[in-house]
Amino acid sequence: MADLSQTNAPIYEALRKFRRMRVVPFDVPGHKRGRGNMELTEFLGEDCMNVDVNSMKPLDNLCHPVSVIKDAEELAAEAFGAANAFFMVGGTTSAVQSMIMYACKEGDKIIMPRNVHRSAINALILTGAVPVYVNPDVNRKLGIALGMSVAQVEQAILDNPDAKAIMVNNPTYYGICSDLKRITELAHAHGMLVLVDEAHGTHFYFGENFPVTAMAAGADCASVSMHKSGGSLTQSSFLLLGKNINADYMRQVINLTQTTSASYLLLSSLDISRKRLALGGREIFAQTVEMAEYARSEINDIGGYYAYSRELVNGDSIFDFDVSKLSIYTLPIGLAGIEVYDLLRDEYDIQIEFGDIGNVLAYISVGDRKRDIERLISALSEIKRRFGKSGSDMLTQEYISPVVAETPRKAFYAQKRSLPLEETAGLVCSEFVMCYPPGIPILAPGELITDEIIEYIKYAKEKGCQMTGTEDINIERLNVLDY
Amino acid sequence: MELWFTERHTPNVKFSIKVDHQLYSGNSEFQRIDVFDSKEFGRFLTLDGYMMLTEKDEFIYHEMITHVPMAVHPNPKNILVIGAGDGGVVRELTRYPSVESIDLVEIDELVVEVCKKYLPTTACRFDDPRVHVFYEDGVKFIRRCNDQYDVIIVDSTDPFGPGEGLFTKEFYGSCFKALRDDGIMVNQHESPFYDEDAAAMQRSHKRIVESFPISKVYQAHIPTYPSGHWLFGFASKKYHPTNDYNGTKWSMQGIKTRYYNPRLHTGAFALPCYVEELLRDVE
Repeated sequence: MADLSQTNAPIYEALRKFRRMRVVPFDVPGHKRGRGNMELTEFLGEDCMNVDVNSMKPLDNLCHPVSVIKDAEELAAEAFGAANAFFMVGGTTSAVQSMIMYACKEGDKIIMPRNVHRSAINALILTGAVPVYVNPDVNRKLGIALGMSVAQVEQAILDNPDAKAIMVNNPTYYGICSDLKRITELAHAHGMLVLVDEAHGTHFYFGENFPVTAMAAGADCASVSMHKSGGSLTQSSFLLLGKNINADYMRQVINLTQTTSASYLLLSSLDISRKRLALGGREIFAQTVEMAEYARSEINDIGGYYAYSRELVNGDSIFDFDVSKLSIYTLPIGLAGIEVYDLLRDEYDIQIEFGDIGNVLAYISVGDRKRDIERLISALSEIKRRFGKSGSDMLTQEYISPVVAETPRKAFYAQKRSLPLEETAGLVCSEFVMCYPPGIPILAPGELITDEIIEYIKYAKEKGCQMTGTEDINIERLNVLDY
Repeated sequence: MELWFTERHTPNVKFSIKVDHQLYSGNSEFQRIDVFDSKEFGRFLTLDGYMMLTEKDEFIYHEMITHVPMAVHPNPKNILVIGAGDGGVVRELTRYPSVESIDLVEIDELVVEVCKKYLPTTACRFDDPRVHVFYEDGVKFIRRCNDQYDVIIVDSTDPFGPGEGLFTKEFYGSCFKALRDDGIMVNQHESPFYDEDAAAMQRSHKRIVESFPISKVYQAHIPTYPSGHWLFGFASKKYHPTNDYNGTKWSMQGIKTRYYNPRLHTGAFALPCYVEELLRDVE
């Protein structure tokens, strides 16, 4: 990589060169540069089909990179300040799972906040690792789970000195960060790895005045959703490694579940996006923050809504806040977040990221235009005028501390039976129940079902949350362990 | 030498005007602005290559978007105009001595400057003391307005580009809120003729119907707009555009027009069957 710099995009450059060579394809994919599937080619465009090609010598191979992919990964590592970087084509889910599978074998303990993404708990099913949950602190007013307090993490470490790793969200979906640096120091002092889910933190690496990144905090692994704030195609991500991780072994772990036909559309999108952020990220994210700050102040001006920001910071469970996130508390206008989310789409043709019981999140990025931000603000103002009511009878969202009865793996594979939701109190659930987005489980496999949880599920369904995870598509029945 | 301005009205239809010479070309923060001179239509203004007005036929558009609501409202004093940086609507409004204030909200300051310089036939009344110009996004401006206007005229460009916010439900809802209890909103309502224009027209009609108790549509013939058949929306909290209309009273004011007159006012609300059907589909 001696003569390469961040102005290069080796995979992209190799694809352009390859296209000019007009190689005759007698290999897969069978659409043969789109000619074999004209309807798809007309839909996606010839340029796109032309670079949907297979691994080959001039284009390297993601499973075993030796040339252009290796170069691109090294450039990415440099851009993110990591010792190594992997291009991931199975979403950030695959990056989260790889880092957990690297750190834990069957029976190993891993300390994690309960408000992790489902992909982390899925990895526990795959590996058989045992979760030690740290209950996140909760903001009672907003009803959202926050970060982990350092004291609680320390207690978990002291109670479980044999744990192999600690997992941290940086930030949460709502933009909230724990004290990653101190947690990392604590974990390392006790010989544990620090795995960071940075699905919502790509921009921390390139913008100014954002919370600390996993790599800067000295963490060991980070999964970064380049396709969220980084601008690459959906499903493309990075896995970043610190200096104490064996990258060659990590590659073997990744290859356990990764496709052998990695899409060059995804790979080139990662490559081009990394270059773009490395060269212009500072400016791009300054603009994003400016738009988010503007929207926040206008929305708070409407009254009723509360678009929150750094004022929440408390030095511990909200150690820092990502100001590019536009999270809005809606209960004071008498509407659940999910109701505002639905009204925005159905009445105003505006699709936002998610709505839960008390909040909505609008995802702001460099792709936004000022005039679209104006529309969002006006639509919120109109929703308040047309649909707002007194907020007294609203259920505030509560984080419900889970009772773990079995490991996720045991529960998932155990003998089970299906019961109507109402009859499951006191039994152990064998599947996930969650609203998606955000995809943070209300129940995970192996957890005890309580009356409180049943009531919560019913309320979320009634308000129109999109519930997923269960075998029964209508979430009227749950699978429980059959002891 | 032949120099032609061409606008695509559909992917398969073009409309061209022979250009004598170009007077101005420039880019603002929002759009490309051009002014041409031609033998047939005189000077004309285009934004991002779309025809906005020509000196020959602008009177039709500006009279119809202005005098219809001004003649229905019994006592219009406070007027809000959104868009209309060319000054044509303001020119018509300033002819009413009873009007007390005209707020004009235009997103693009350069449009106003260019029009003042090159299109004096429309941009000729900006110095009237009743006129207040605000350079900002109309969607933002109106968000903070409550119960304060008698008439709102939405002279938007097209439902794509910088003007697209002016075709949204949140905008129409904000207009409703900004109007007094007997207020009227009139808007540029696209054309019913070509498929894509008709779809945009239906979308905006649907959103207005959902926002106002009275929502009617009227038409005019504008030769330089796609198909020449153009519509305006009349949305109102109280007054019906023809039942509550007193043509004699309007005539008494002695405003001289070239297109609008009381008989045409009533007639303009009589629509062809296919247009009625398009509207009914979304009501």
